[in-house]
Amino acid sequence: MTDGVDPRRAIIPRRLSGVKRVIAVTGGKGGIGKSVVSSMLALVAARSGKRVGLLDLDLTSPTDHVILGLGDQFPTEEFGLEPPKVGGVHFMSVQYFLRERAAPLRGQEVTDALVEILAVTNWGELDLLVVDMPPGLGDATLDAVALLPRAEFLVVANGSAIVLETVRRMLRLLIELRSPLVGVVENMERGAPGAVPELARVSGVAFLGSLPADETLEGAFGAPDRLVATPFARALARIAVPSADAGELLSGQ
Amino acid sequence: MHELALAEAVVAAALETAKKNGLTKVTRIEVRVGELQQIEPEAFRFAISEMTEAVIDVQADPARFLCRRCGLDYGLADTPGPGDHDASEAIHFIPELAHAFLRCPACESPDFTVTGGRGVTLGAIEGD
Repeated sequence: MTDGVDPRRAIIPRRLSGVKRVIAVTGGKGGIGKSVVSSMLALVAARSGKRVGLLDLDLTSPTDHVILGLGDQFPTEEFGLEPPKVGGVHFMSVQYFLRERAAPLRGQEVTDALVEILAVTNWGELDLLVVDMPPGLGDATLDAVALLPRAEFLVVANGSAIVLETVRRMLRLLIELRSPLVGVVENMERGAPGAVPELARVSGVAFLGSLPADETLEGAFGAPDRLVATPFARALARIAVPSADAGELLSGQ
Repeated sequence: MHELALAEAVVAAALETAKKNGLTKVTRIEVRVGELQQIEPEAFRFAISEMTEAVIDVQADPARFLCRRCGLDYGLADTPGPGDHDASEAIHFIPELAHAFLRCPACESPDFTVTGGRGVTLGAIEGD
């Protein structure tokens, strides 16, 4: 009876059962700042006293480790993999295994790797898990949406006509998939002023606010203490406070 | 240990499958373990048996690869292997990371498809 079932999918909800809230940061376009917003959100939330996890789901080009400043930490093997703390954040990424290597993955392989990570990572008890979503609207994004049914989506945009074109499609996709949307944030204000709030409005999604183009951020990558003191971090702490009844993202805001 | 997490997944999936098919008790679980993931079949059988009373049948599944550049069909033994311990461990946790460590033995391409023996698969289950 029933041959060839993938046993890993059955266990994913259990691996996330101790996580109170899952926020998936997406945007559709590469270079829009998903990784910066994800990592900074995780750092800022952790500094506010919450138990926070960060999962980098960009499997072929992970970068969150650069922002957090990954040293020689490595997951411990305890009934699966327990993500070590980096900058106060329980952090999981394929970077632990890849190091400087390239791992080219095609569609089904992306799916398999996503399932494997979600099935073996033991997050324990967390107030918040931030998921840095893969770019694009292809296999990786669709798989992540399907495998993380509890995820609420935070969409990153800016006022560039090129970005707006893609973010509009991403919002439409998420609405059609009936994924809960926390709201839209504007990253690195540019392009037409008011364009991102207007896109959020016509899409029926909350506009949460704007994050400044902060020139001090780049120099602080890898240094969590300096990152949380940047104007960007302060702006994020003020705006990333969705009004969802699941509770506030950041305490004291 | 990582095998325990996968063993738990096997038992959960077996119970879910049994329930869908109107069974209340699982008496036998067949599991295939792909060579690429480097799980020791007997240790894995033992890990699963700690979580269920069903009879566990673990079968090893040889890894096969198809090169997307030159078309060569090859096995793990045809390559120099993943290399060091870290590489083995990476593939053990996430078999897709083989793309970072294994190369086609004929043309050295990292662009290959794993056509068999990737990881853990639930085979037939029996119950009443």
